[in-house]
Amino acid sequence: MTAAALIASTRFGFAARQGDLAAIGRDPRGWALRQLDQNPPPFPGDLPASAPMVAAVLESRKDKEIKSELKERIRSTHLAEVEARIAGAAESETPLLDRLQMFWANHFTVSGLRPVVRGFAGAFEREAIRPHMLGSFQELLLAVAQHPAMLFYLDNIQSFGPQSQAGRRQNRGLNENLGREILELHTLGVDGGYSQSDVEALAGILTGWSIAPLRDPEPGRFLFAPRAHEPGVKFLLGRTYLENGMLEGVQALSDIARHPSTARHVARKLATHFIADDPPQASVERIAKVFHDTQGDLKAVTAAVIRDEAVWREPLTKVRTPTELVIAAFRVTGVRPSGQAADRSLRVLDQPCFLAPSPAGWPDRASAWISPEAVLRRAEWCQTFANRLPNPPDPSEIARAAFGEDVAVETRQAVERASSRRMALALLLASPEFQRR
Amino acid sequence: MIPSRRHLLSILAAGGIAPLGWPGAVFAAAPTDRRLVVVLLRGALDGLAAVPPLGDPRYAEKRGRLLIAAPGQPDGALPLDGFFSLHPALAPIHPYWRSGELLVVTATGNGYRTRSHFDAQDLMETGLSTKRQQTDGWLNRALGAMPGAERRMGLALGGAVPLILRGPTQVATWEPPGLPQAAPEFLATLAALYQKDAVLGPALTEGLRGQSQSDEVLGMGKPGVNGYGPKSFRPLAEAAGKLLAAETGPRVAVLDMLGWDTHVNQGAEKGRLADNLAGLAEGLDALAKSLGSVWGRTAVIAVTEFGRTVAVNGSGGTDHGTGSVAFLLGGAVRGGRIAGDWPGLDRLEDGRDLRVAVDTRSLLKGLLRDHMGLDAALLDRKVFPDSAGVSPAAGLVKA
Repeated sequence: MTAAALIASTRFGFAARQGDLAAIGRDPRGWALRQLDQNPPPFPGDLPASAPMVAAVLESRKDKEIKSELKERIRSTHLAEVEARIAGAAESETPLLDRLQMFWANHFTVSGLRPVVRGFAGAFEREAIRPHMLGSFQELLLAVAQHPAMLFYLDNIQSFGPQSQAGRRQNRGLNENLGREILELHTLGVDGGYSQSDVEALAGILTGWSIAPLRDPEPGRFLFAPRAHEPGVKFLLGRTYLENGMLEGVQALSDIARHPSTARHVARKLATHFIADDPPQASVERIAKVFHDTQGDLKAVTAAVIRDEAVWREPLTKVRTPTELVIAAFRVTGVRPSGQAADRSLRVLDQPCFLAPSPAGWPDRASAWISPEAVLRRAEWCQTFANRLPNPPDPSEIARAAFGEDVAVETRQAVERASSRRMALALLLASPEFQRR
Repeated sequence: MIPSRRHLLSILAAGGIAPLGWPGAVFAAAPTDRRLVVVLLRGALDGLAAVPPLGDPRYAEKRGRLLIAAPGQPDGALPLDGFFSLHPALAPIHPYWRSGELLVVTATGNGYRTRSHFDAQDLMETGLSTKRQQTDGWLNRALGAMPGAERRMGLALGGAVPLILRGPTQVATWEPPGLPQAAPEFLATLAALYQKDAVLGPALTEGLRGQSQSDEVLGMGKPGVNGYGPKSFRPLAEAAGKLLAAETGPRVAVLDMLGWDTHVNQGAEKGRLADNLAGLAEGLDALAKSLGSVWGRTAVIAVTEFGRTVAVNGSGGTDHGTGSVAFLLGGAVRGGRIAGDWPGLDRLEDGRDLRVAVDTRSLLKGLLRDHMGLDAALLDRKVFPDSAGVSPAAGLVKA
């Protein structure tokens, strides 16, 4: 076991179970890099696709009875999705892929706080994120922007070109929401050099990106509605886009995806996630350069993160988010969480699954998660978790499996001296080592 | 499947009067109308503090600053038989001594000498005399041997099913709603672990300060409905009483109480240990009251994994020892007396610990045979498989 194996299991996994450190062995970079060869990585399980759920949502707007049935269906789908995510990550043999899926799903947040998308926020990750997260950023962005979940969540189905056929007839206009968030959150970043007129231009370009209605043979899929599309020439970020229907948007997203600001913005977010809350500037620049040089080849970009020297040099200072903590706790104890148990845990720790507070997603820095109240709650959760384990495993073995010999003397002693096995486990899970990654 | 918490809650709301229906279970006639409650005091209770042997000539000298004042003195112990007394914080159960419903067994322990909490608690729950891989508990095996086991006659309070109740026979669980507050013992250790952590340390300190403030505002008597502190035992005990009182409810319940591992500043008449003893006694009293008329057919036994050193250690506490004390309480218990031979404080185990005079399993076997009506041969064979040399204690319950 090497210190590097511990780093790999923590930065690119969720925590080491029995045998994980040995499996990572002497080639921790290779262990992480090999996971990137699964492209597109399959997603286990048989969870529902988005289209039928979207269709059901459309239908429920006309029929009260369907509405109450749908509510129950959404609830059970939500729990199944939570179970798939948390149990899937806890038991994953390719944890880096799960991490990446969560990273990109958070980057392109779709939140069930808008109840309309609650039933397919999970499907969104399977359909738009996971198949493209190791492809090109441009394809990922396009898949996201054309997914019904995003079109609902950021209101694009309610955006009409003011001069479009539908806009004029119904006297409706632009909704800037999707256009703005693509520029601000998904690509260039808030200081990436765009103006209000660029927001309006992109919103105009994306008018008509909508969802197939019930009368369509495949209701609920992505559909370009020419009648809602703003006609004419648009000017975005110094470029001219001639009227070209849906392809206007495809071209515009492709251009934005390759913008230097996008490379920097994405590189900074990756480095913040995988290295440190305030990552070394040199790391950000190295990752951004690979993004730029490969035109956003995410496999190459992710490999650049893995190869970055700071990953292997910087101390493990990041605080686990509640989701990461819950996954890690289930993983090291070898308990498979039910959807309900996982959902309840994440709710009490204030990071409910698929329910991010805004399109900006969940924060990725310790300061957002470590308040006095939150630390106490985490401690309480750790104790409750340990107390509810059906068959508490040997805490010293778990400590060895997760950290090798790399545990502070204080933590080791606290675990050994605890007044019960459950107490020892609670202390281990709440220890500074386990709270960080 | 275990019955839902809401279902159990509805019974609590009805004050234990409503019949308890177990979903999907066939209702066989209850084989016994007796009730058994096992309280596991985890962390090793200091028996010499809970039931001070003030009559032992070595007691005052050996205990030093942990000496409990004699009956009649300010904050003094409560009189039992003249030789032994009851810690003043156990006052809520003293009336049961006077009414003949409290039996104190001194110098108790198990057959295996270990000072490891983990091993000793496992033994206390598996009922074995040596450490080995065992995944079911003696009480589960006992439940399996009782007629009518198909209707979940066992009940675990507080969330998880402890090892003592784990096994092939299905049991019910009950826990209070919400995320429980952490145990003080746990938080104290955590605060020490976080001391050097610039992010987690200050946040935890601040969080604890905020919590104690809000506890104060809410009135210290009330909180702890859901948690692991001394005050959290009573609500669990009360719930156990209500659930057990129901005619079609469970017959056997297990309660856990933490916080007995008093290595540091355990205190004498007052302090950490006293607070825990008070929480225990208040809970036992609440259990008795919530059982109502069923109390007369109930036996409660409180046991711990081992005792603590006779002498005080360097930090005002006691370390892991050997012999401790067990309490039997209930309308069915033949109490008002002390049981067990007193080994004395002049001949100590390894020169430091009270010797064991009574194997805890003899008490458990006695209760299972005479109170719950289990066959003695079956107890030796199945429930406590390697305990043939430990005979059931006779006369623990009223004939």
